[in-house]
Amino acid sequence: MKALRRFLDNIKPHFEKGGKFEKLQSTFEAFETFLFVPDQVTTQGSHIRDNIDMKRTMALVVISLIPALLFGMWNVGYQHYLATGQEGSTIELFLEGLKLVLPIVIVSYVTGLAIEFAFAQIRGHEVNEGFLVTGMLIPLVLPVDVPLWMVAVATAFAVIIGKEVFGGTGMNILNPALTARAFLFFAYPAYMSGNQVWTHGLMEGEGIVDGFSGATPLSMAAEGNVDNIPAVSDMFFGFIPGSIGATSVVAVLIGAFILLFTGVGSWRIMLSTFAGGLVMGFLLNAFAVNPFMEIPAWQHLAMGGFAFGAVFMATDPVTAARTRKGKYIYGFLIGLLAILIRVVNPAYPEGIMLAILLMNVFAPLIDHYVVESNINKRLKRAEAQAA
Amino acid sequence: MSKVHKIKRGLNIPLIGKAEKVIRNAEPARYYGVKPIDFQGMRTKLLAWPGDRVKAGTSLFYNKLQPHVKMPSPVSGKVAEVNRGERRKILEVVIEPDSQMEYEDFGKGEPRDMSRDGVVDKLTKSGLWTFIRQRPYSISANPEDDPKAIFVSGFDTAPLAPDNDFILKGENEDFQRGIDALSKLTSGKIHLNLNSDYPPSDVFTKAKGLQINWFTGPHPAGNVGVQINRIDPINQGDLVWYVYPQDIITIGRLFGKGIYDASKVIGLTGSEVKKPIYYRLLRGASIENLVKDHVEPGNLRCISGNVLTGKKINSEGYLGFFDNQVTVIPEGNYHEFLGWAKPGFNKYSTSRTFFSWLQPKRRYRLDTNIHGGERAYVISGEYEKVFPMDIYPVQLIKAIMIEDIELMEKLGIYEVDEEDFALCEFVCTSKTPVQPIIRKGLDMMREEMT
Repeated sequence: MKALRRFLDNIKPHFEKGGKFEKLQSTFEAFETFLFVPDQVTTQGSHIRDNIDMKRTMALVVISLIPALLFGMWNVGYQHYLATGQEGSTIELFLEGLKLVLPIVIVSYVTGLAIEFAFAQIRGHEVNEGFLVTGMLIPLVLPVDVPLWMVAVATAFAVIIGKEVFGGTGMNILNPALTARAFLFFAYPAYMSGNQVWTHGLMEGEGIVDGFSGATPLSMAAEGNVDNIPAVSDMFFGFIPGSIGATSVVAVLIGAFILLFTGVGSWRIMLSTFAGGLVMGFLLNAFAVNPFMEIPAWQHLAMGGFAFGAVFMATDPVTAARTRKGKYIYGFLIGLLAILIRVVNPAYPEGIMLAILLMNVFAPLIDHYVVESNINKRLKRAEAQAA
Repeated sequence: MSKVHKIKRGLNIPLIGKAEKVIRNAEPARYYGVKPIDFQGMRTKLLAWPGDRVKAGTSLFYNKLQPHVKMPSPVSGKVAEVNRGERRKILEVVIEPDSQMEYEDFGKGEPRDMSRDGVVDKLTKSGLWTFIRQRPYSISANPEDDPKAIFVSGFDTAPLAPDNDFILKGENEDFQRGIDALSKLTSGKIHLNLNSDYPPSDVFTKAKGLQINWFTGPHPAGNVGVQINRIDPINQGDLVWYVYPQDIITIGRLFGKGIYDASKVIGLTGSEVKKPIYYRLLRGASIENLVKDHVEPGNLRCISGNVLTGKKINSEGYLGFFDNQVTVIPEGNYHEFLGWAKPGFNKYSTSRTFFSWLQPKRRYRLDTNIHGGERAYVISGEYEKVFPMDIYPVQLIKAIMIEDIELMEKLGIYEVDEEDFALCEFVCTSKTPVQPIIRKGLDMMREEMT
């Protein structure tokens, strides 16, 4: 390691101001700080600091996404084999999925990181770690047959319009991964909705066994075909068509456990999102006028991408509410709206995406009123004392 | 025991190097220094120049903005040098002590029998008025004000902080005299706040003329700001004073003996101290003798004060005016290969992202490395876990960053001080320099309001 450090120290001057590669300073810094935690020490304020930093935090979120990614790869293979009537071992299914999913992951990371590095360079900032998570989230919420160029365009849109125009990581209003998904959803609906896109091969239609529809439980339910939706256990484990990494509640819960145990994810948001979903489910049950509304409230939590959204998307700390009370309200409304949109509006079976994006926009407002109530409390206290 | 105020949010950072309860007399120092930077809002005007002879209690400089605030010399001797920094800012006035101590005589007097003016006069003349500070802004108090209360925190919860109950033992008389003096200064109460987790020293419990309040909880439960927030919060226009217990004793001695007796007990603490114990010395002493043979070799940082709020000094630097401990920890100026990705069995973090959570009782040797780069606020809810006041810390910091005076006021800037935010700074994933931002906000407010 000393040799590597010496090498970096030797070439470093070229990247500093006045050096040959001055223009690549951020890029050099990104690689240097990736390899070595900087030797910077405290000068003012607290002399000691917690070991945690943004790299560690973001890396942890990526780790928490790995169960969903691995299961998603397997499920992609499983659904494909199911559709084509093939048989295969677990490994074969997984490899089939790997073959299809890995390119999407790579395109997402390469496009996004290239833009991040470019922006850091132009602005003279350090490269932010936020995209490490976004780059993994984007593939997980897309259908497997999405063309790679679309992944690239959507990622670019998400990073530039969703984040960098606002000032980069930490400043964005909308969740970048959901921005990417929403962009594709509205720009290329044929590739993002319907029954054909969720299973590899259906769009081409060749070699598909009779009777395989490829419909997700949500689209079945939206069509009133409630009797045929898969067993709750299948939805819970994730053996259903859907976005690459968002079908398995089990995989999501493993991720949630990692996030909550390490203290990186907000339990307040997760809890209140599930609570909001349940409450809306019960309300719909109470006023049920069609089969979709009769689906037991708790089943909604296992259907579609609700759990994935609640655990990985709603909890994005930048776009969520930042106050404690605000988090409860924010999550609760997401859960409420997600189920409402899903059931009442057949055009958007996956309501969680829209619910989160909508609440992203309202999060600052929620925080505003929470902070305002604190201010009022202080004013009242002053008045009471003056009286 | 009456009501106990429970502080739930906070953090005790588990550090190695707590001082064992033994007091030793420190060798007399070769030099003593008094530093204007120890006092917030100081515009220094010198009263003694190099070569001048001073006695213990002779004023060395005063504050142009608050002429009653004068800084006394802790020893008698010769002014050796005046060290200046950028723009000729005075950093420290250094005294070379005589072999025989001579004291300025301020005259004895029982504060109980004195008028307010008499007490104020004695305190300002001797320079001991400087011990009395006010919130908001944490600057020296103004004798013409009548604060709504005076607060004394009887315990210190900062990392490796000295035990006040231990170091004040037997000082009952001087403490009572100090309290008597303080009680002349306010028409309100004197609040003495104690830790309910153990029986405190009778120096505190037997003192008369004050109200005792009980607290329990992790750091910053011992911070006077947190205690004020719980008992009698500061609203706009309010004024509260606060004094440290050892300083009250020094005030008591002034009235009892008529002199400025600068002796105090401090803890020599930190992971790099071979045998952390307590030392009796004079305020402003150079720490040269303290650390010379008593610390491990290596690249070290000496801090006057605790690791969260203390000031960096060199190994011959001078003890800060208000500091009750000296901490020595390792410097962290090294590159660590893939440090952020290591399992981290020996890396302390309040998050459980490092495997050090497997050993919850372990104590750590933390260094001064920042452990990462400065970033925008991404993670939320971190400060709130360690900040026990009913104030929104991040929102307040942002209000200061955008220099919105009105918003700062609404969000409670009057109630806080840098030390209250020290833990926020410690836990911050974004590595935001929180304490300097708070100080900037307080200075801005003060300029705006005066």
